[in-house]
Amino acid sequence: MTSGVLNLVLKRLAIALVTLLIVLFAVFFATSMLPGDTASILLGQAATPEAVAGLREAMHLNDPAILRFLRWLLGLLHGDLGTSYANEMPVAALIGGRFVNTMKLAGITTLISVPLALTLGITAAMLRGSLYDRIVTVLSIGVISVPEFMVATLSVLLFAVYLKWLPALSSVNEAHSLTDLVRIYAMPVITLTFVISAQMIRMTRAAVIETLSTPYVEMALLKGASRGRMVLRHALPNALGPIVNAVALSLSYLVGGVIIVETIFNYPGIAKLMVDAVATRDLPLIQSCAMIFCLGYLFLITAADIVAIMSNPRLR
Amino acid sequence: MTTRAAASRRSLLGHSYNLVGVAAALVILAWTLVAIFAPYIIPHPIGDIVDDDYFGPMRQGLWLGSDYLGRDMLSRVLMGARYTVGISLAAVSIACFSGVVLGMIAAVTGGWLDTCLSRFLDAMNSIPSKLFGLVVVAAVGSSIPVLILTLAVIYIPGAYRFARALAVNINTMDFITVARVRGESTAYLIGSEILPNIIRPVLADFGLRFVFIVLLLSGLSFLGLGLQPPLADWGALVRENIGGLPFAAPAVIVPSLAIASLTISVNLLIDNLPQKIRDRDA
Repeated sequence: MTSGVLNLVLKRLAIALVTLLIVLFAVFFATSMLPGDTASILLGQAATPEAVAGLREAMHLNDPAILRFLRWLLGLLHGDLGTSYANEMPVAALIGGRFVNTMKLAGITTLISVPLALTLGITAAMLRGSLYDRIVTVLSIGVISVPEFMVATLSVLLFAVYLKWLPALSSVNEAHSLTDLVRIYAMPVITLTFVISAQMIRMTRAAVIETLSTPYVEMALLKGASRGRMVLRHALPNALGPIVNAVALSLSYLVGGVIIVETIFNYPGIAKLMVDAVATRDLPLIQSCAMIFCLGYLFLITAADIVAIMSNPRLR
Repeated sequence: MTTRAAASRRSLLGHSYNLVGVAAALVILAWTLVAIFAPYIIPHPIGDIVDDDYFGPMRQGLWLGSDYLGRDMLSRVLMGARYTVGISLAAVSIACFSGVVLGMIAAVTGGWLDTCLSRFLDAMNSIPSKLFGLVVVAAVGSSIPVLILTLAVIYIPGAYRFARALAVNINTMDFITVARVRGESTAYLIGSEILPNIIRPVLADFGLRFVFIVLLLSGLSFLGLGLQPPLADWGALVRENIGGLPFAAPAVIVPSLAIASLTISVNLLIDNLPQKIRDRDA
């Protein structure tokens, strides 16, 4: 790796850091715009003005917003996420187990959807114009054009209502055996896989088709290489960068996807926690959940950009 | 696309129209008319309980069955079109107008304004859209103006990036330099020199962004964070009738199909716009 690539990568990381600060500030600012005074909400209607003033002082609510933001940031660096308004528990304790659940869901989905989408995308590009390619293209456009909850409701209709193979709701705590586990994760994972794969298939297919139309691939065809060799040996290594980029970008759709999927299947993950926190206006909890999602999202799109930079042979 | 080859072409008003494109345009037109005239064509008032049974099946008089309270589903879907189409259209208009104007200004002006604006809007783009919606709704509550503004703000960065990329290319052309030398103002440059040259891709982008906004609005409403009862757009209709899912009630399927028909039609229309319209010089 030459200094050129290193510079570009470092620059991209710096941009990501600046972005992270702006995003954190936006999250903090948006959540502190809540009308009504936090202290009086916490103490209820019977609170005396002195008690409210005391609590405001204790919670540093009288400080300017920028000071509170810096204090919050400092707390984050120490791993202190604050205390939930709704049930007085530390936010970190509330999030802990939920976070693991969401990561399990995202991890299983990634393990299934990446190989699936890459296979479908690359084969569709190889057989461009065939009936198979048309079916894959039309299906993936169809999935992209409809909301995630529709994919979810349709899979419930198909697998739980008509075929009766799977339960419509998940409850992680009741998993005792492997079959239980499969039944619990099946519906959310199927839905998420559809949503993520559709994007990935389209982008992979486009990347491979673009490489296949380059002169050196035509050259390989003319010198008599077989179709498989032409794609696997000549086209694929050069399409790898765009494909990894597509994978990372598509995985960032997981962030939006889990919010819907966890809600609809009542899955005890961090997105469900956040949607519930919005309903109860539990600000510290919303801030922390939003931050985790933004971090994940930012990580994936930065990774996608860095892969794109590293895979560009002109910079090597 | 397969459809383009398969569909027959016919001539109308001097353009060749693609059958799929025409069909998609008709669906969009139909939903637009429904959105405008909904209050006059609904068979039952949307709040009235007209069926003794909840999640009733399709039958004469209740063409799309009844919802979880026994209300007429057809009327509710027709009225839902108003909110889904209306809010999305308002939001996409604000988003594209602001995004395109800012993008053109940034491209023409360049310098620190361009850098700051691009950096800031890129950062905005790094907030997942659903999450942004969630946080705003948590902070200021959900109402139609808030929804329109939130959806618009979420999609301004995308429109900006798209318009700026197009405008930067036009900005290097000779006729722009000539106009600059003539001493024209920035307003003239972006309005009379750049906009006419990027208007067609911008309009196609407008359509795509409309689809994104419809999907996001439906998603938010589905989470219960969009339109609040008694108002109901299509996403909210799916949410309130989700209990009918185990019985495959039409009440939960029909609003989903309505959303899909609208978004797929817009996508197909953009894919099948007559080549002549897209390529003709403005």
